[in-house]
Amino acid sequence: MIAGSHLVKRYLGGFEAIRDVSFEIAAGAMILIGGHSGAGKTTLLKLIGAIERPTSGSLIVGGQNLTALRNSALPFLRRNLGLVFQNQKLLFDRPALENVLLPLEIIGLPLREAQRRARAALDKVGLLAREKAYPIALSGGEQQRLAIARAVVNRPSVLLVDEPTANLDEGSARQVLDLFAAFNQVGVTVVIATHAPREIPGRDLRLMTLDHGQLLP
Amino acid sequence: MNAWFRQHFAAFFRAIRRLAAAPLNTLLSLLVIGIAMTLPAAGYVFLDNIRTLGANHTGIQQISLFMQTGSSAQAVAAVRERIDERLPGQWRFVPRDEALQQLKNTEGMAEIIAALPKNPLPDAFILEPDDASPENMESLRAEFADFSDVAHVQLDSAWIKRFNAFLRLGVQTVNLLALVFAVGLVAVTFNTIRLQVLAQAEEIEVARLIGATDAFIRRPFYYSGILQGALGGLAALFLLLSGLAILNPSVTQLAALYGSDFTLHPPGFVYFSLPVILGAFLGWLGAQLSVSLALRHMQ
Repeated sequence: MIAGSHLVKRYLGGFEAIRDVSFEIAAGAMILIGGHSGAGKTTLLKLIGAIERPTSGSLIVGGQNLTALRNSALPFLRRNLGLVFQNQKLLFDRPALENVLLPLEIIGLPLREAQRRARAALDKVGLLAREKAYPIALSGGEQQRLAIARAVVNRPSVLLVDEPTANLDEGSARQVLDLFAAFNQVGVTVVIATHAPREIPGRDLRLMTLDHGQLLP
Repeated sequence: MNAWFRQHFAAFFRAIRRLAAAPLNTLLSLLVIGIAMTLPAAGYVFLDNIRTLGANHTGIQQISLFMQTGSSAQAVAAVRERIDERLPGQWRFVPRDEALQQLKNTEGMAEIIAALPKNPLPDAFILEPDDASPENMESLRAEFADFSDVAHVQLDSAWIKRFNAFLRLGVQTVNLLALVFAVGLVAVTFNTIRLQVLAQAEEIEVARLIGATDAFIRRPFYYSGILQGALGGLAALFLLLSGLAILNPSVTQLAALYGSDFTLHPPGFVYFSLPVILGAFLGWLGAQLSVSLALRHMQ
């Protein structure tokens, strides 16, 4: 479960990106965080992903209170979270397979086992045939799917996704959303921040809307 | 094999790949490190050879003990016995007749000696202590001077003192040189690793976001620094041994003109491995400083 209580995120200069936000996301849920550009969607995602610390309030992810967590414990928390960034943050100097291998290298999995799992993740997102391709050679949709493969290869319990369909055509966007739905179906909690919430056929999505850092009722 | 060892192996091979990915840069860095380490190493080898040359030079470590003129055979025997007890080292007895004969054989002295009414030379002992340090030589000189029937004990201590002072100065100079070059080596590694960190900034950011610890991120850079330092040390050894091989024929030729069989000897095994070990340590130190600073900036 993810639970935020009276969360505030204030940046240097006094700008408040998140203002007194409280929410609960049940384990295994699929949530869309909507709102206009600058509403605080990405900031909220970063707080949940322990990329940034809240200024005040409390935030519990997977039973751990992030506001009290020591810096040295953050990497181990992040290993249980799958992060898909708005700009994917792929490594362009290595092929697709090695991009997906990185999280497994970090946890020190034996190479053969890591390769097996990375290929399985690529297979899930339909990129197994392109394991040797460098990201530059992949289309926008394929790059997004590669980023998803990297995010899920560690079998995270929570998947945090930032604007996954922002630069994709309708077909690619549908493929990507279907993938998230598939991961959610096997019990992964999926939190998607998007400025243009879409329907996913067959999925009952909850929508949390932010407006100038505040959660709308 | 557990995850910790696997990660170290992976980091080690990643460091090798990074060095191999920019062969020219790596080669130049190794050359700079190698040359920086060669100079003080050559200084130490030079001083070591000078020390050996000094130790082998007859006269330097000798004490001459002169008996009183006309000492009896019993007195000589008593001194001989006491030398045997007290001296760890070699000694030889030079009877006054043998000394006179040697003097006669010296060019231009025969006529002068022949003109003397009797042999004016005393019996003497030439002592060569194992421990030829100036302090020990001085202490032995004082002790032997107190023996009865001993007229004079002569020690070329001024020569030894000057020689040792020269060696001390040499060692201090080389130590200073080594310190300067050690700082230089740390600076070179610091800069090389800083450039590597900057080039890998994107990978570091992504790795952090997906759960890499600082130790995981630092490890390949540490290995990079260690490898550079150690390989630079090997390059220094290669340069040093090449230098010795080039210089030795000329040195041998020069020594032969002075009737010596002196040759430049390479450093012993411990000193041989020192540039590699020291280089690895300094490389690690440079990497440690560089990565800490760069990661702090990136945070």
